[in-house]
Amino acid sequence: MPKILDGSEVWCQGYSEPNAGSDLASLQCRAEDDGKGNFVVNGQKTWTTYAQYADWMFCLVRTDPQAKKQAGISFLLIDMKTPGVLVKPMLTTGGTPAFCETFLENVVVAGDTLVGPLNGGWTIAKSLLGHERTLIGAVGTSRRALRRVKEIAKATRFGDATLLEHPGIRSKIARLEIKLRAHQMTNYRAIASAQLGHAPGPESSILKIRGSEILQQCFELAMEVMGHDSLAWQNDLGVIPAAEQNIAPSFNYTRATTIYGGSNEIQKNIIAKLVLRLPST
Amino acid sequence: MDFELTPDQKMISESAAAFARRESPITRLRALRADPIGYSKATWKKMGELGWLGILLPADVGGFGGSFVDAGLILEALGSTLVPEPFLASVVLAGSAIRLAGSDAQRERYLGPLVTGDATLAFAYAESAARYDPAHVTVRAKKDGSGYRLSGKKTFVLNGHAADVMVVSARTSGGEAEPRGVSLFLVDPRERGVRVQPIKTMDGHHAAMVAFEDVALGAEHRLGDEDGALATVERVLDYGSAAACAEGVGILRRSLDMTVDYLGTREQFGVKIGSFQALQHRAVDMFVELETARSTSILASIRADDDDDIERKAAISTAKVQLAVSGRFVTQQAIQLHGGIGVTDEHDIGLYFKRMHVLNALFGDEEYHVARYASLPSFHGGRGGVA
Repeated sequence: MPKILDGSEVWCQGYSEPNAGSDLASLQCRAEDDGKGNFVVNGQKTWTTYAQYADWMFCLVRTDPQAKKQAGISFLLIDMKTPGVLVKPMLTTGGTPAFCETFLENVVVAGDTLVGPLNGGWTIAKSLLGHERTLIGAVGTSRRALRRVKEIAKATRFGDATLLEHPGIRSKIARLEIKLRAHQMTNYRAIASAQLGHAPGPESSILKIRGSEILQQCFELAMEVMGHDSLAWQNDLGVIPAAEQNIAPSFNYTRATTIYGGSNEIQKNIIAKLVLRLPST
Repeated sequence: MDFELTPDQKMISESAAAFARRESPITRLRALRADPIGYSKATWKKMGELGWLGILLPADVGGFGGSFVDAGLILEALGSTLVPEPFLASVVLAGSAIRLAGSDAQRERYLGPLVTGDATLAFAYAESAARYDPAHVTVRAKKDGSGYRLSGKKTFVLNGHAADVMVVSARTSGGEAEPRGVSLFLVDPRERGVRVQPIKTMDGHHAAMVAFEDVALGAEHRLGDEDGALATVERVLDYGSAAACAEGVGILRRSLDMTVDYLGTREQFGVKIGSFQALQHRAVDMFVELETARSTSILASIRADDDDDIERKAAISTAKVQLAVSGRFVTQQAIQLHGGIGVTDEHDIGLYFKRMHVLNALFGDEEYHVARYASLPSFHGGRGGVA
């Protein structure tokens, strides 16, 4: 943990697999006891964000294939330098190599890297996802993005005035900022509740849903305000102003926000079941 | 940061919820829709005994000295069963105007009977050509010796049909929409020349169109400074918006609860319709809107008492816009998920839908508050901004 705090070590999250996306609990990556106090891990993880730079991975593995799917999962810490770990980065639509496929072939992991009880990993994973969803709420990121929208609108001529004074554009920006302010207040409520020692509950799904949508809308609005400038990709030749730099890649990459951390549809399933207690099929 | 209710606030909230449930379930509004007054003096008196009518008023007039957050808790409970008593018109609007601008004598004379539940009040500010601009005042108060003569028309005066006293905005100088030149007056509707035309509003409440025909008012009827009352009017309307948000949260909570109950009861295709994912996700969208409106209602209640105009207006306009967006969505979808019975007068959901519309249309609608928000310095990089 001290190395996480001082930034000397970076971690990646080994949750999703090619056949375990929204249905995360169906994950197949196996960890077997080798009889010498180690686990031997075999399988494949995917969407392991920035695994190519990670020193460690916290990883969900199946330790009891006979048990009900949530009950046979354990939480292991894997050193990324261990033989048998292979990372293949993928380019995202935003042009960054953020996603990775991570292959694990006969990776030997010491038994003491098991976190929590054997077959007790699902509970830990769910609790972490609550925090992740709060983080994806991304109030600060959206504030910064919206500030850029205003800067761009203010620097763009429209008739005798600027785009910030265009009634339609101005109204769109104001509405999005109001939505963001409302979201910020929901976030404050969650923080205040955390300060009282409550773990993020299913309500953190609200932050995930709203925050991910708002961040996407910020970049959509930035692209709209940019007009023709939004056709540019990388700004190597200086064809667009510096303030517009990287908006197009972010406009693309932020399509992931409503997908990662449990897609927004999964968040809605969680709220429907755990908060509204609607009947199951 | 702490949004936990204090023990006192918990008590207010619980007793208001119990009162709404026991003393004024939704059947009461339904029955009182046909009544010429639309609420009961006895219930108003009881609300006075509970201390609610003085919740925003200082102890020197018998008040409770609470914050707007306390009033918000009561309003949320009143919204949950659509309690028809004129809390908004009397306590939030006219009561605040008199508290903010009144002399000691005026406060004692008009707020005392309000606190005990012996009087109701009204705040007459809206005019037919003003849209939502509080400075657009054409009712005139002409100087007449030491007093005034009042002429002109106010529209949609909440509780105007039954109020014992009305607070009326009138122009004492300046052009028709000039910020300077607006004054407030305390008017007894039984005064000669006051013509009150009672109307029923679409939500089952009652109001009045009020015409003043050369009404003679003594100087002691002027509330606050001559020509300088616009700031008070704006503050009062901001209280109104914060109140609409709090009442709205009660309405949305109830609308969602009724919908979730229905989804868990109604069966089609051999299963509970609440097991269909399309409907579950719609209900969740309603829940997210409710909680977002709750967040901004808390923000509005906290900032309603703020003397800092920018912080207050930014918060209030945020909340009022969010109320419009969330309120429309939740009540419309509540009807949709109830199916055909949701459109019958017999079912309660329509009553909530109607009240929600009224709250959205009062004190500045969505467009008005978006524009007001965008005109604040906090939107243009100044203090108090978020982006």
